[in-house]
Amino acid sequence: MITETAKEVAETGISGQIKVHGDPKSSKFKVPDPIVQVNDANLYYGEKQALKNIYMDIPKNKATAFIGPSGCGKSTLLRCFNRLNDLVDSARVEGEILIDGEDIYEPSVDITQLRKNVGMVFQKSNPFPKSIYENVAYGARIAGENRKSVLDEIVEKSLKGSALWDEVHDRLNDSALGLSGGQMQRLCIARAIAVEPEILLMDEPCSALDPIATGKIEDLITELKSKYTIVIVTHNMQQASRVSDYTAFMYLGELIEYDTTETIFLKPKYKQTEDYVSGKFG
Amino acid sequence: MNKKFWKSGDPFVWLTGVALMFSLLMIAALLYLIAAKGLGFFWPADVAEVKLKDGNMVLGEITGHEKVKGYNAAEDEPYIERTQLKIGNRDLYGLDFRWIDDDQIAATTYPKFAVVLERREWGNMYGFIKEVSESGKIICSGNEECWPVLEDQIPRYARIADEIKSIEKGAIGGINAQMESLRLDIRGLELKGGDNREEILKIQAKIAEQEEKYKEQEEILSSLYTEFNKEKVVMATVDGREKEMPAGNIVRAYRPNDMSWFRKTAFYLSKVWEFVSAEPREANTEGGVFPAIFGTVLMVLIMSVVVLPFGVVAALYLKEYAKQGVLVRIVRICVNNLAGVPSIVFGVFAVGFFIYGLGSTIDGIFFKEALPNPTYGTGGILWASLTLALLTVPVVIVATEEGLSAVPKEIRDGSLALGATKFETTWKIVIPSAMPAILTGLILAIARATGEVAPLMITGVVKLAPQLPIDGYFPYMHLERKFMHLGFHIYDVGFQSPNVEAAKPMVYTTAMLLILIVVALNLTAIIIRNQLRKKYTTSAV
Repeated sequence: MITETAKEVAETGISGQIKVHGDPKSSKFKVPDPIVQVNDANLYYGEKQALKNIYMDIPKNKATAFIGPSGCGKSTLLRCFNRLNDLVDSARVEGEILIDGEDIYEPSVDITQLRKNVGMVFQKSNPFPKSIYENVAYGARIAGENRKSVLDEIVEKSLKGSALWDEVHDRLNDSALGLSGGQMQRLCIARAIAVEPEILLMDEPCSALDPIATGKIEDLITELKSKYTIVIVTHNMQQASRVSDYTAFMYLGELIEYDTTETIFLKPKYKQTEDYVSGKFG
Repeated sequence: MNKKFWKSGDPFVWLTGVALMFSLLMIAALLYLIAAKGLGFFWPADVAEVKLKDGNMVLGEITGHEKVKGYNAAEDEPYIERTQLKIGNRDLYGLDFRWIDDDQIAATTYPKFAVVLERREWGNMYGFIKEVSESGKIICSGNEECWPVLEDQIPRYARIADEIKSIEKGAIGGINAQMESLRLDIRGLELKGGDNREEILKIQAKIAEQEEKYKEQEEILSSLYTEFNKEKVVMATVDGREKEMPAGNIVRAYRPNDMSWFRKTAFYLSKVWEFVSAEPREANTEGGVFPAIFGTVLMVLIMSVVVLPFGVVAALYLKEYAKQGVLVRIVRICVNNLAGVPSIVFGVFAVGFFIYGLGSTIDGIFFKEALPNPTYGTGGILWASLTLALLTVPVVIVATEEGLSAVPKEIRDGSLALGATKFETTWKIVIPSAMPAILTGLILAIARATGEVAPLMITGVVKLAPQLPIDGYFPYMHLERKFMHLGFHIYDVGFQSPNVEAAKPMVYTTAMLLILIVVALNLTAIIIRNQLRKKYTTSAV
């Protein structure tokens, strides 16, 4: 991961100095009504450090975008919020990550409960090899809900919430694998919001979609952020500026700059940020 | 030019094509041989009356013709031709088959009245009807007159035979089972010790009751047997000998030379039906193979029920839970190699571990009263099935592991991200997605298990099992029983029977049946797999 970035640095000619722009703790950007608070988070894959001294607050019911070149740690940070990094044997997290004021890395935390509270949509749409209905109802079933009427309601509400209902309401029992790429991704969003999370993590949700499907998902994100806190990782700078309220620029495992989207794109503090958002590298 | 030709890859394509064609040809030839030799077995062949130059007469079915080096052949004529006849009448001639040199034959005719009798003992009889008598009184004589009588009586005797069998197997079998269990109860009480004379007396009264019932049934039986042997048929052979036999001894009587094509077909179908539905007669060379079919299928089913969960669970641990490292790699190599161990080795292991180890322990704990007769401490269908399960478990493990690796990580992450535990993800997402691969493993396991004979010979297969492993008496499934198996049946009939020549077609027929059963079992599994595959195929985005 680090070597990849180093290579990229060599190619782009951007200096790879791992320089913290001021003290990360004191320069932590203040946001209104933070739901996620990251304090001095470090993540290691074995010996290699993938996240370095991250301080960051994520505001409630807003869309926050993570941008930065490949391998900079955006997805890794995202996966810290629902502890999906636990699946990697060698991964080790230090520091504290608070959600609703509670440290999610405390041993007493119920991981399944955490993951119900923090939904996730993946880069590659990953519907289960089941019917559309069962895909959406999966989370509720896992939670122990088996009443047909309740499940029906959840499925309808979630599919409407992800703007998929009109397209699939007459074939809920068909295989989810028969949907188009964009529909599958919206199904995954429906599946995630069916368990009514507070936070929705999106890991490059549009990278495999055509512009029309991407447009639909972006509209959806704009709509969803009134109800959910959305954290989106994206490579697409226009997308970040279109959908997000706040943007964080990361580089080589460090949080370089975090501010309102407007500030990041129009008058960033640091040259690295400016170079990246203006397309000079990355 | 030449180099270009080799580089083009055309010769390689031809080579692969030829190899494939060669394999297909061999399979086709095998199936053709088995079908050709096996299918004709039940067809009622015409009966030839051969007049020899020395005046002797021979009657029988022509079954073969060949050219051989003469016994004292002259230089200019080194080969003679000869014909094989199935002459039957084993009780009179001692041999079923006879070779006749073609130059000895004066004339061959097909007499209309030649009768073939399929008998319960001594195999087929070829001859002419002389007379039929009832209690010493002659009812009819001559072919013309007796044929309708015989045709009329045989179905009646078949009914009586069925009745006798149902009493012997049903009522008397039930009484015997009851008495045996009562006897074991007494033995159990004796073993327990203490004062339980009263209980023992009660049981003994019950036994006496059963004995009464037994006597009743026996009387019915003996009257049936009298009825069975009331009429006698006297047959005349073509060389002038006579043979009297009870009419009840005849299973079928037919005059092949007088049968229309349509009737022959009906006869053929009834023989085929008998083959798959009836029990064997005459040291397995006649009658059907139903117990062997039943034993084979039941054994494979028990094996599948054992091997599938066992193999899948083992593979799940290896792939999903075990920490991947040197140890797991070694285990995996061992599992793969286990598939290559000769099957008889598994048989030997099963005898030592299952039969002498587990079986004897079970007997000592649960079947003490039956000792020293072993119940589970001897070969039986359960042990044979477990042996085959051991033999095929590596196949299922390897196939399942491959199936599990093919389940995309994204899908697992998706499930985990919704708050599912690893167990829920495995159970609800991963296993269903890997199901087609798991079933492929099962198909391979079934194919291997159905064809296996060697380990079964020492773990419970017998040439003739008196009872099926499933019947109407408590506890209905008798998994300790010995059983019959088609593969062993082929070996037994073909190479262990006293009448190898007569049994030869039976070998091909049984082989064909075994192939059909393997195909049927596999087809079932393949259909299920394809249904699942349709449901679970993961498409690329």
